[in-house]
Amino acid sequence: MGLRTEILPAFYQDSVVLMRISAQVRARVSVREVALFMGTPANHALLAQAGLATAAGQAAGPNDLIVTVSADDERVAAEAIGTVKELLAESSRSRETAAEYRPRTLDSALQALPDANLAALSIPGPYVRDEAMAALRRNLHLFIFSDNVPIADEIAMKQEALRRGLLCMGPDQGTAYLGGVGLGFANVVARGRVGCVAASGTGLQAVVSRLDALGEGVSHAIGVGGRDLSEAVGGAMTLFALDALAADPATEGIVLVSKPPHPSVLDRVEARLAAIPKPTVICCVGAKPRSPGKVVWVDTLQQAADAIVAAMAGQRWDSAPLSDAGQVGKCLRSLAGAGCGGRRILGLYTGGTLAYETGHVLRGVFGDDHPHRILDLGDDEYTVGRPHPMIDPRTRGEMIVRAGDDPGIGVLLVDLVLGKGAHASPAAPLAEAVNEARRSARAGGRDIAVLAAVIGTVGDPQGLASQAALLEEAGIATLATNADAARCAAMLVHPPLQAEWMREMA
Amino acid sequence: MSIKDANQECVNRIQEGTAVWVDLRVARDVVPGMGDYTVFHAGPPLSWDRMPGPMRGAIIGASMFEGWAKTPEEAVALAESGRLRFDSSHHHHAIGPMSGIITPSMQVNVVRNDRFGIDTYSTLYMGIGKVLRHGAYDESVMEKLRWMNHDLAPLLRRAVHAAGGIDVKSIVAQAVQMGDEMHNRNKASNALLLVALARHLVAVGEAGEVARALKFIEDAGHFILNLVMAGSKGIMDAGAGIPECTVVTAIARNGYETGIRVSGTGERWFTAPAPMIEGVYFPGFGPDDANPDMGDSSITETVGLGSLAMAGAPAVVEYVGGTPAFALETTLKMYEITVAENKAYKLPGLQFRGTPLGIDIRKVVKTGITPVINTGIACKRPGVGQIGAGLTAVPIECFEKALEAFAAMRAVVQ
Amino acid sequence: METKVLPEALRVINVGLESFADDLRADGVPVVQMDWRPPAGGNARLAALLAELDDEA
Repeated sequence: MGLRTEILPAFYQDSVVLMRISAQVRARVSVREVALFMGTPANHALLAQAGLATAAGQAAGPNDLIVTVSADDERVAAEAIGTVKELLAESSRSRETAAEYRPRTLDSALQALPDANLAALSIPGPYVRDEAMAALRRNLHLFIFSDNVPIADEIAMKQEALRRGLLCMGPDQGTAYLGGVGLGFANVVARGRVGCVAASGTGLQAVVSRLDALGEGVSHAIGVGGRDLSEAVGGAMTLFALDALAADPATEGIVLVSKPPHPSVLDRVEARLAAIPKPTVICCVGAKPRSPGKVVWVDTLQQAADAIVAAMAGQRWDSAPLSDAGQVGKCLRSLAGAGCGGRRILGLYTGGTLAYETGHVLRGVFGDDHPHRILDLGDDEYTVGRPHPMIDPRTRGEMIVRAGDDPGIGVLLVDLVLGKGAHASPAAPLAEAVNEARRSARAGGRDIAVLAAVIGTVGDPQGLASQAALLEEAGIATLATNADAARCAAMLVHPPLQAEWMREMA
Repeated sequence: MSIKDANQECVNRIQEGTAVWVDLRVARDVVPGMGDYTVFHAGPPLSWDRMPGPMRGAIIGASMFEGWAKTPEEAVALAESGRLRFDSSHHHHAIGPMSGIITPSMQVNVVRNDRFGIDTYSTLYMGIGKVLRHGAYDESVMEKLRWMNHDLAPLLRRAVHAAGGIDVKSIVAQAVQMGDEMHNRNKASNALLLVALARHLVAVGEAGEVARALKFIEDAGHFILNLVMAGSKGIMDAGAGIPECTVVTAIARNGYETGIRVSGTGERWFTAPAPMIEGVYFPGFGPDDANPDMGDSSITETVGLGSLAMAGAPAVVEYVGGTPAFALETTLKMYEITVAENKAYKLPGLQFRGTPLGIDIRKVVKTGITPVINTGIACKRPGVGQIGAGLTAVPIECFEKALEAFAAMRAVVQ
Repeated sequence: METKVLPEALRVINVGLESFADDLRADGVPVVQMDWRPPAGGNARLAALLAELDDEA
């Protein structure tokens, strides 16, 4: 039972490449575990926690790669380490011969692209501030995908950005659209008249996908990072973005998307929105709607899109519990046989805001104290040493299979988020996991109902229709609206709700 | 002044510099601080007890040449007694390859940076094989030394005067487009020098001595190196001493340590143990015979030549090892650590992009990319000579020390 | 406050995960992939010093 460690000094690789290579080695060599981590303090702690730290590995610094292998056999361990090195060399070689020389500094990058106007950062959190400040000094807007950025750093970066009239989109921002270009995890949506400000990634994706389906489009969608509307950051970038969209001639309506802001911040933001002489919508999922004024308050992501489109057309918009009652009815009928009444809902989400919206809907229906569990698999506790679930389906797949063994779980609620940056065909591994879970359940004399909210557009690379078809083949009912899926799940486990909500629609 | 502005000022001065070989004089008469029992050497300051074999050998030879000692033993005794005054050539507007030993009676080239009124001095390049700078001091070396100083130098002086000076910078600018990088590969530039000198030698000299001089310069192979080094130092010195400036103005090795000087920190040296050279050895020699990196010739890298210009000198890899692709990659990497591009030295293969100029200590520390040096490998035993050629780098420690010192100075001022 | 903030034509320097650059390139956006590594070889103290001495503008 051996742990073997080797250090490759001055050998930096990003975490996605390292995880890919670990997975490949695990597939080829019969080792128990392969862990590839740069020797940063955070990673040392991680390795220790995972029982993979060794005395030999301790010496590694942040620029050194720690190769750790756990195997029963010396020979197997050596083979694994050899394979790791092979794959690393291959990866470097293919990157070097591909495209061009890769600049090592911002200055040499600017030499190569003199009128660059945006720096997209997806480097480890502790390093973000210095790189971001350097970028701002060179007059570049920022898109910061990185998380684990200290809040003091976020405040400092945003102050500096504001001072210079530049955008700081993030940290921890997965999606944005500028000038018609999607950054990060972005659905392919039409260019149009709606401007968005979002302290959310998948929430923004849901809104813009809905806009696209309604035949509308996006002028710009400025992501501000999940913490912008906290008391500490005070909505700094949100207010700046709102002003920019207010002044943008191409923007005719503005939507704000986030989880509930700090009350003091919400006041300021609402006041700013109210002062904008264009239709405006606030979607702070879970925030208590204010009394109707100039700014339209909505409860769900899909409603945000519907409301702004109506407002821009000068039409009234009425909120209703379900967006697409017809589709919901279909789902209820197809899943009726699963016998979910009285059992639990398990939500397994790749999108944080989507999970939050579902949680909010269920709290609205069942109160705060209910047995249903809605998990955001993008949360830190699930992504240690693993890529984000929007890219890597494994964690969710494993949890779905386990759910099949749990007789208490009657409904599985998932999101399927398409678009650039996401998995090439997320429906396939999802369908496979569900099939296995249902086989398990049936072997135990029961069934499990699975509902998927599919967030995507007809332009997305995965193919909206074909992804939905793959899910339906596995007996997964699909809906385009996440809140509808949440309510559908609620109706399945508590059938009396059907009479209430479906009758209203009829 | 911001660091950015200070660096720009420094680079501007470097770009405007000139390098013309205007004279040959006896060191005692022109080199500041030169006097009796004075020995200037390559690299940062160091004491006799730390000097490597080749440097000691050269000092022995020079002492005998000067008449300070009649035998090698006497020379050693002189050095050990503290009678000899040692200092870095760099402190005295002087420069030399390998051990770089300069003593009062030696003839020196005078290379002038007219734009800034700076004269820089170097001895005449002796050639390859058993030569003084590698610590050889047998009778053949001593005889050559005497001939060079008593016969060759005065002839060259008359020729240089007749020519009205020889523009070394112009030769370098042409040679960089002819496959030379000016540190290890000087085939084109040496030939251009001969072309520039020949008719003037003929005009001022008698056939026999002219023939001998021409043959000597041709056989030496790198005769122009000492001129280029003096010219480069004169050009760099114009950019020295600018407050807030993070540009490296000198890189030099004494065989024991490698040192750098930075414009904003004035005269200070930032040193680290001299690294070994990775390279190709001549038959019969290997790493066990090698001396650590030595010489002032890294002034070429400092001014944007040498390994920084390697993309224009792919043939040099036959000498130092590697591939032409590596030569290109080396120059590309060096752009990462410099602040400007040479207006005079352009690389055709890079669409006439100027070579990287102005090594910035901040960029070196940030990226971890240290200036590569193309250099000869000296035998650690005195008197043997060059035993190979290869590549080494300036230790990152030099730049880290410089950065700390620079920041400390700033903190005091602000 | 200046309102000409929102860029119409993005030109991006990608610092980090290459997949972002690949996606942008596929969209026809001019993008340069930087070969980013922890500054000063991971030495936090020197990195902090460097951040202070970066006075580009």
